[in-house]
Amino acid sequence: MEKGKNQIWQAYQKEIADDNYYFARSCIRQNFFPAAEDLFLKIIGQELSRNIYDDARQTTCTGIAYHSGLLPFETTMTIVARQFALMNEAGYENFVCSCVTSFGIYTEVLETWKHFPEKEKEIRETLKRATGMSFEIPKNLVHASDLIFKFRKEIAEKAKYRLTNRQTGKPLKVVDHIGCHYAKIFPEKGIGGAEFPYVLAGLIDEWGGAQVDYPERRHCCGFGFRQYLLKSNRGYSLSNCKKKFDSMHPYQPDLIIANCPGCTFFLDRWQYVIAEMEGKTYGQNGYGIPVLTYEELAGLILGYNPWDMGLQLHQTDVLPFLDKLGVEYNPDEKYQSKQKRELKKTKLTNVL
Amino acid sequence: MKLLKKLQKDVRYIEGLKACINCGVCTAVCPAAQFCDYDPRIIVDTVQHGNEKEIEQLLKSDTIWYCGECLSCKTRCPRGNTPGYIIQALRSLSIETGLFMESKQGQKQLAIKRTVGEHILKYGYCVYIDEVDTEMYPEQGPVWDWLKKNRNQILEELGTSYKKEQSGTLRRISKESLDDLQRIFDETGATERFEKIEMLSAQKARELGIDFSEGKDPYFEYLYNGFQDQEEQINDID
Repeated sequence: MEKGKNQIWQAYQKEIADDNYYFARSCIRQNFFPAAEDLFLKIIGQELSRNIYDDARQTTCTGIAYHSGLLPFETTMTIVARQFALMNEAGYENFVCSCVTSFGIYTEVLETWKHFPEKEKEIRETLKRATGMSFEIPKNLVHASDLIFKFRKEIAEKAKYRLTNRQTGKPLKVVDHIGCHYAKIFPEKGIGGAEFPYVLAGLIDEWGGAQVDYPERRHCCGFGFRQYLLKSNRGYSLSNCKKKFDSMHPYQPDLIIANCPGCTFFLDRWQYVIAEMEGKTYGQNGYGIPVLTYEELAGLILGYNPWDMGLQLHQTDVLPFLDKLGVEYNPDEKYQSKQKRELKKTKLTNVL
Repeated sequence: MKLLKKLQKDVRYIEGLKACINCGVCTAVCPAAQFCDYDPRIIVDTVQHGNEKEIEQLLKSDTIWYCGECLSCKTRCPRGNTPGYIIQALRSLSIETGLFMESKQGQKQLAIKRTVGEHILKYGYCVYIDEVDTEMYPEQGPVWDWLKKNRNQILEELGTSYKKEQSGTLRRISKESLDDLQRIFDETGATERFEKIEMLSAQKARELGIDFSEGKDPYFEYLYNGFQDQEEQINDID
C-alpha cells in the first residue's frame, strides 16, 4: 500500500510508448545546451536500444512567440499540424519533444481540437492549402523527460555513479524544477500531476539522491516569454528566480535539475547575474548551485565525459557537483579543443 | 462588432472564462502579480462584467502585457477558469483593433516581432545562436562570449550540425521548410499581423521623432531597452 505523496502521484501516471519515437527539437535547448539533445538521442538510441528519429524538416512549434502574444493561435495550430504531418510521413506515431513549452503547446492544440472539432477541421484545410500536407494525430505524445523517467531503472543498472557524495557516502541533495507547462496546464498529462510531479523526483529517488522540498518548489522560473525577451522587462525573470534561490538556499542543495530548457537556462544564468551584481552565491565555497538537464544528469551517471556533453557551456560552474559525485575529469580540458585546435580566449568569470 | 462579442468568438476566451467567484487565488499564486502592476482577478472580473468601455480600457492598458503565461492560474482556479487564456484573447484583440499602440507595453510587440517573430521565418526556430550576444543578453555571461568566438570549432566538436543542411542541432533549415512556414504565416493572419505592427509602429516612431527603418533601428532600441533614456533625450531636445 503506497502512502502520502506516492499515493497521490500514482493517480497521475500516463502512457509512455515503449519504442519508435519522432523527436522534436527545442529552440532554447539547441542553442544554450547544444550537446544535450544529441546526448538524449544517444541515451535512447544506443544505451537503451530504442528507435528515435531526428528529422531535418522539423521546425519550431512557435511556442515562445505565441506565448509572447505575437502570433495568432491559428498560426501555431497549423505549424503544429505540419509537425504531425512530418511525423506521419516519416512513418511514426509517437511524438516526443525536447521542450516543455512545446509539450504544453502540442497538448493545448490537441485539447482545443477535442473541445472545438470545427477548429481541427479548419486547421486541416489551412495546412492543406499552405503546404499540401495532411496529418494524423499522434498515438502517444510525451516530453523527453518522460522517456528518461520511463527508463530510469535501466539507466540505473548501467550507471557508473550513484547520486551520493563520494566523501561522505550520503545522498546528494537535488532540487527538481518542473517547467510550468509540463503539468500546470493539464495535470493529468504529467507524471505525478501538478502538485507532486514525479518525472524528475523519480530520477533522484532511483539514482540514489535525496529530494529537496522547499517552499517555492513549484514557483515559476520567471521566463515570462515577452518579459524575458525584452531587456526592459527582464527584471521579472530575475526576480522570480531569485525568489526560488532564496527559498532553496537554507536546504543547501548540491544540484538543481530541470526538465524545461528555459528553466535550466534561467536557473543557470541568473545565479551568475546575482553573483556579479550582489556578490551573493547560493552554493558552497563561493560557487553557485550547478544546474543540469535530465539528460546531462543521466549522461554523467552513465560515465560520459562532462566536456563531451558540453557542461563547460553552463555559466554556473558544474565542478563542485562533479567532485561530489566523484566523476573522473580533467579540469585542464574544460576550455580546450579536443582536436587540439587553437581556441580564442575570453575573460571568464571569477564569481562562480 | 462589439468588443465583448469578438472576445466571445475566441476559443481561448470560451475555455478561459467559466464563472469567476473573485476568490483571488489566481492573483495569490501569480508570479507577475508579485512583481508587476498586474492582477488577474481584477482582469477576469472586468471581462466578466462585460462593460464595453472597461474592456476597451483593458485593451489599451499596459497591464494585459505583464502576464508571463506560466499558466499557474489554470492549476489553481477552483472554478476552472484560466486567466492566462483570457489574457491571450485580450492581447489578440488588442492587436486586431490596433489598441495595443495605446500602451507602452503593447508598443513593445514590435521588438518581439523583430526578434523571435522574424527568427522563425529566417532560421525555423524562435532562437538562433547568431542572433544572441552579451550586449542584448548580458546574463549570458563570459562563457557565451567564449562560445561565440569559437563557435565553429566548439559546435563541430560537440557534434552539432551548425549551419549544415542536415538533421541535427542548430542545422540550417531547408528553403522548402522555411517556405512552408511563410505560407502558413500568410494563410493564418500572422503576416498581416506583422505588417500591421510595423505600420503602426512607424507612425508612432514618427510622432516621437525617433528613426525607424528595420531590424535593430533606434526605435527598436527604444522599445527593447526601455523608454527612459530616449524620453529623457526627447525632453532635452524640447
